[in-house]
Amino acid sequence: MSDVLQTMLKIGGLWKSFAGFVATRDVSFELKAGEIHAVIGPNGAGKTTFFNLITGHLRPDKGSVAFEGRDLVGLPPQRIVRLGIARSFQRINIYPRLSVFENVQVALIAHEGQQWNLFRPGRSLHREGTRELLELVGLAAEATETAGELSYGKQKQLELAIALASQPRLLLLDEPTAGMSPQETSETIASVRDIVKARGLTLLFTEHDMSVVFGIAERISVLHHGEMIASGAPDAVRNDPEVKRVYLGNNAHG
Amino acid sequence: MTLTMFTLNAFYGLALAMNMFIIASGLNLIFGVLRVINFAHGMFYMFGAYIIFTVTKTWGAPFLVGVLASAAGLAVIALAIERLLLKNLYDKEHLMQLLFTFAIVLLMSDAAKMIWGTDQYSVGYPPGLGGAINLGFVLLPQYQLFLCVVGPLIAIAMWLLVDRTRWGRIVRAATQDREMLSALGVNVPMVYAAVFTMGSALAGIGGALAAPRVALVPGMDATIINECFIIVIIGGLGNLWGSFLGALAFGFVVQFGTVLAPNWQDVLPYLLMLAVLIVRPWGLLGRPEAGR
Amino acid sequence: MPQRNQLIASAALVVLLALLPLAGSRYAVDLTTEVLIYALFALSLNVLIGFTGNVSFGHAAYFAIGGYTCAILLTTYRWPLAISLPAAVVLAGLVAAVVGYFCVRLTQIYFAMLTLAFAMLVWGVAFKWKEVTGGDDGFTGINLPAMLTNHVSYFYFTLAVVTVAIAALWVICHSAFGLTLVAVRENNVRTGFIGVDTRRMRWAAFTVAGSFGGLAGALFGMYHRGMYIENAFWTESAQVLIMVLLGGMYSFVGPILGAATLHLLQVFTNQYTTYWPTVLGLILLVIVMVLPDGLIGLVSRVKARWGKT
Repeated sequence: MSDVLQTMLKIGGLWKSFAGFVATRDVSFELKAGEIHAVIGPNGAGKTTFFNLITGHLRPDKGSVAFEGRDLVGLPPQRIVRLGIARSFQRINIYPRLSVFENVQVALIAHEGQQWNLFRPGRSLHREGTRELLELVGLAAEATETAGELSYGKQKQLELAIALASQPRLLLLDEPTAGMSPQETSETIASVRDIVKARGLTLLFTEHDMSVVFGIAERISVLHHGEMIASGAPDAVRNDPEVKRVYLGNNAHG
Repeated sequence: MTLTMFTLNAFYGLALAMNMFIIASGLNLIFGVLRVINFAHGMFYMFGAYIIFTVTKTWGAPFLVGVLASAAGLAVIALAIERLLLKNLYDKEHLMQLLFTFAIVLLMSDAAKMIWGTDQYSVGYPPGLGGAINLGFVLLPQYQLFLCVVGPLIAIAMWLLVDRTRWGRIVRAATQDREMLSALGVNVPMVYAAVFTMGSALAGIGGALAAPRVALVPGMDATIINECFIIVIIGGLGNLWGSFLGALAFGFVVQFGTVLAPNWQDVLPYLLMLAVLIVRPWGLLGRPEAGR
Repeated sequence: MPQRNQLIASAALVVLLALLPLAGSRYAVDLTTEVLIYALFALSLNVLIGFTGNVSFGHAAYFAIGGYTCAILLTTYRWPLAISLPAAVVLAGLVAAVVGYFCVRLTQIYFAMLTLAFAMLVWGVAFKWKEVTGGDDGFTGINLPAMLTNHVSYFYFTLAVVTVAIAALWVICHSAFGLTLVAVRENNVRTGFIGVDTRRMRWAAFTVAGSFGGLAGALFGMYHRGMYIENAFWTESAQVLIMVLLGGMYSFVGPILGAATLHLLQVFTNQYTTYWPTVLGLILLVIVMVLPDGLIGLVSRVKARWGKT
């Protein structure tokens, strides 16, 4: 099946530096439609910057980002979301003072382009869709709670629901299990995989927990000091000498 | 415009610019470190002018003593305001700090009315600075010349203090990262109190030095605070040399505007500011705000 | 639904206000007219502050543009009210759209300062364009339609216009648009990532606020039969901001409560002392130090206390 997959995201020669510090160095990368792809790398390898470059949060210094053949460089985040790429954030990024329900509801309103509707009462819109999404991520019982008062793991789930509300074809999750217990981690990962497969999404995620990565990723790319040092099937990456060197700590010259 | 007229106007513009810089640099310093827009800064300026009036006219002290009294008076007032009230507001929203300083404006304006009434006062030129220097083609008044010397001196002193001393390094670091500083053992509240006091004292000095040039009336604070905002915004909020540049632009535009377009002189500074901001939204030397 | 109760309560309030002239006190009628106008002014500003999270320090500009435009069209050009009033609102909205375009490029303090700068420019124009605005003598002798020259009929006119305007603002603030504005206020970055152009949302809010501010200004000018440059000065902007905060910016009705409280306090204070600034300064200190969520916040806290004991 994987032979017929088409390229969904194609990145070529991407560079980004901050005041002389190169965070992304000549990264090229391909993502096939329908795959579950992990980006791994030690802390500070540039994973979050990589995500920020794809989603328009940052603008690359050089290079191209093409989503389904369309150039994304220079587009603001809201345009990129509308093209079908939604993301979550490593540091929780929700509406902490709104209710859990409203968090998702407003994302659905935005997805439907109803933010310019000055007449329809906002709170009456997409009640069904909101409930379904909350159900999907297991937050139905917390709908009326204030989002900022949820537990950390549940806020992460809410992030996922907000991202899904944009009906993306490509979902980018930045450390979806960061700060979770092993128990929460495996539950979350299982539910993410089910959702992605059930909805036919493509998933690109960063993760520090290797058991999670090798448990669900179909392909893995490795970032190290801003460079993409390997990309391929899990077994190939596991046995890559460069990757071994980085992860086995023999990186005195890195 | 003849050469004489041009020179004279450029000179008056420069003197105005330097006087304004002294005031605006205090506002700018406070904003740069505390991130507080101090609406009361104009009121501090007015108090500076009134204090030198009382000290020199009523008590008969020399001009220099009056200037020092204005600086000291405002330092005391500012320190009291900071320690008693403002220090509790740093972690609240900007809006609350802004409103707080506006409350100070209201309270102090009534206080000024109680102390000095609503009469108009004037302060004479200090002895030795009331005359003019003859350059042959033009007569330059000495007091304005004095301002043209004092302004750059204060600018350089502030630059040395902020850029070249340990205290200045702490102050600059405080603008970047408050938590980090207190983690390093720096007494951040003291830094804030010192900066607020110093910035306010500059308003006092600016008011004292302006007193011989202007009429002392209630309401003089409202004009000056707007002009200071214009200068600081044109230059870039929080940037010392930006304020200097902003003051120069302001001084020349106002002075030449008065001569060339007397009907529109009050509007010209705002037009100047708009022109700058449309091209450079963060001011001439300002940098885009972080965290957007 | 609490919404239905709100509707009934609002209708009852309007009816009650409509009965006010029967009491026969000209003083009460005039005072209420003023409060209605300020309530609309404060509500219009709150679209920007409370709902979108952008503090404007120059809202008086739109109040003044609305007021001057309506006054000048009625008087200098002898246009009928039915055209002058809408034209004033449209012009205030247009100017707000132009100014807003530049202001929404900035945020927080920078945004506030730029709104102030533009407002002072408006003030400067009102001050210096003497032939049209009357300069610092003010624009006086507004030519009102005969049927509005009586204070009671003007009260009814104001009540009707303000009621409709507040209803419109209520609908806007509670619409999908309004909810998205709240999202922008709560988390600008996240709102971009759900597919919203947050800058355009803020721009729209700015324009809406300016338009309704202009309407309040037009009503104000006609009520006083004159517009003065003080109405465009930054202290006026500060005053309406204080009304919003005193009432409570995170609630729809807060600004109405704030406008009524502040205006009545001012009128009563001025009967006894000339030290209104001191009183206002003390009120501000109380807001800043202990009442950051305004009177509405106080009410709900008291309610919560009562509910518990």
